[in-house]
Amino acid sequence: MEAALSVAHVSVSRLAVRDLACRRGERLLFSGLSFQVEAGQCLTVVGPNGAGKTSLLRILAGLLHPVAGEVACEPAGEAEPRELCHFVGTREAIKASLTVREHVRFWRDLLGGTADPDAVLAEWRLAPQADLPAGYLSSGQRRRLALARLSAAARPIWLLDEPANALDNAAQAALAARIEAHLAAGGLAVVATHLPIAVKGARTMVIGGAAP
Amino acid sequence: MTATGLAASFWNLANPTRFLALSGRVLPWLAGLAALVTAAGLYMAFFTAPPDYQQGDTVRIMFVHVPSAWLALFLYAMMSLSALGTLVWRHPLADVSQKAAAPIGAAFTLLCLITGALWGKPMWGTYWVWDARLTSVFVLFLIYCGILALWRSIDDPGRAARAVAILTLVGFVNIPIVKFSVDWWNTLHQPASVFRLDGPAIHPTILVPLLVMAVGLSLVAIALHLSGMRTEILNRRVRTLTILQADHPSEGGI
Amino acid sequence: MSAFAALVRRDLVLAARIGGGGYLSLLFFMVVVALVPFALGPDLNLLSRIGPAILWLAAVMATLIGLDRLFQADEEDGSLDVMLGASLPLELAILAKVLAHWLTTGLPLALCVPLFGLLVALPAEAMAPTALTLLIGTPGLTAIGAVGAALTATMRRGGLILAVIVAPLMVPSLIFGVSAANAAMGGTVPFTTPLAILGAISLVALVTAALAGAAALRGGE
Repeated sequence: MEAALSVAHVSVSRLAVRDLACRRGERLLFSGLSFQVEAGQCLTVVGPNGAGKTSLLRILAGLLHPVAGEVACEPAGEAEPRELCHFVGTREAIKASLTVREHVRFWRDLLGGTADPDAVLAEWRLAPQADLPAGYLSSGQRRRLALARLSAAARPIWLLDEPANALDNAAQAALAARIEAHLAAGGLAVVATHLPIAVKGARTMVIGGAAP
Repeated sequence: MTATGLAASFWNLANPTRFLALSGRVLPWLAGLAALVTAAGLYMAFFTAPPDYQQGDTVRIMFVHVPSAWLALFLYAMMSLSALGTLVWRHPLADVSQKAAAPIGAAFTLLCLITGALWGKPMWGTYWVWDARLTSVFVLFLIYCGILALWRSIDDPGRAARAVAILTLVGFVNIPIVKFSVDWWNTLHQPASVFRLDGPAIHPTILVPLLVMAVGLSLVAIALHLSGMRTEILNRRVRTLTILQADHPSEGGI
Repeated sequence: MSAFAALVRRDLVLAARIGGGGYLSLLFFMVVVALVPFALGPDLNLLSRIGPAILWLAAVMATLIGLDRLFQADEEDGSLDVMLGASLPLELAILAKVLAHWLTTGLPLALCVPLFGLLVALPAEAMAPTALTLLIGTPGLTAIGAVGAALTATMRRGGLILAVIVAPLMVPSLIFGVSAANAAMGGTVPFTTPLAILGAISLVALVTAALAGAAALRGGE
């Protein structure tokens, strides 16, 4: 697993965004947005509701086409950006009737990971619930299960949309520590949040200007 | 004209504002011409064309039936072309062209079915048979209806255009089936008699009014299509302005 | 386990747990078949003549009835975003979902033809050929339906519109499926000719489902 982790991480040294513009329906959310995130860095994106934080992350994940501008992973390899990143959105991709362990195993196989599901669950403090159908989880536990996808398969770029929602203080601290470990291993992260998140050395970028 | 010049003028026309200005000037003339040619065609169909020696006066239904059938297919082909424009070239007017063509195509398909049924009763002794040509045209009508329903059920115009474009292209399978059904299956419906490799198999006294009607109804279809496109562009502008106003209520009304 | 197999397995497990696929569509198939004799009257000669048509029509309806959730459920809860992030091409992911859906809908229907054939007085020698036409034809029905399911994935109430846009496209499968089954009951056409065409339609439908479905799901953004 360690080998896979480092190999995956070597492949991206920088995420570069140039002159990005995004439109949802008739609204121009932002334009002329440029920034870079180097390996080992975390960028926090803040801004008012409707400023386009989620849309920005979806563009970075390759799930949404920007109207202008480009997203580049450097060095440019054969893999597409969508295969290099984890996008954990507010919709948690959880099926009520599958057990917690089945979720992790499915994500691992789908995303091409090698992790042991039980080790992943222990890491996210979900081991006691491993055989429970996910429909019985509390909202904090659901959030942790969604985040467990980050450990199920190693990918260098983490794109997290409001990851700390519904998490208690201990879980928030654990999340921050997990992100720091990811950065230390040479990964990079972009986090959209309105809650302050305690990742050491994280830069903050404001989009959307003044609140309406 | 150089290639880039041609591309530039193409994109100028692609600009909705340009399109509105130009089509606004052309449309009244086009509509007038369409009315004139169709009126001339109808006059010839009813008064100058001789009754058929077998079919009698019912043959006059054909002057509406045949051009409707051509237009039903032609408009679907045009919709498919616009669908390619939406999916491949992301042309700003392709969505609008697709959307405007659908109800017109559906109307001509229905006209074709109804006139065919009215003709079938005296000639075949029944309004409807499940013959390959009739069935495939009926399926064409159902596909048109499905396309109209899909347009109505997705709010966002861009998203609706992509979805409808995919459905249109998948439904295109039916077009060759309609065209060649009379050749592939031994059907009650007669085979093609105008567009044939060895020339038309119709006497000029019938062929000329038929072609005049075809030109007239095509002009009607084009005029309706242009006017539908104009309406759709204006509708989208109203929609955009409404949303922008909701975002910035202080900046005055529309 | 490969990503393709993982996706098929997950959908099969979900179908078994929720009961949305599998035996429910089989029950629906049975109910439709059982309604026909009530509508026509218990004329066994008539029933055995139109038996293959009844079975095929019921198969079309049973396929349509569950398909609207094929992509909608994954779209709603965000699973589709995860699938888009897999290195598995979306075209193959769609085929995986089509396969899982067919295994829980089309395959059981085809296997149960001997049972339901009795209800519509299907002659014994026509049982196996009719089952074979369904076995070859239902993957095509599911694939055509999958295009509609992909187009309506983002709609709250996609069921009716799905049936409206997809049913006309199922006409060719229906025509050749029924004519193959009728050929097996005697007639001038050899059984294999319409059967081969049916197979070709199913293959074309699978390719179309993969390409058009992927374009539709990507276009949903």
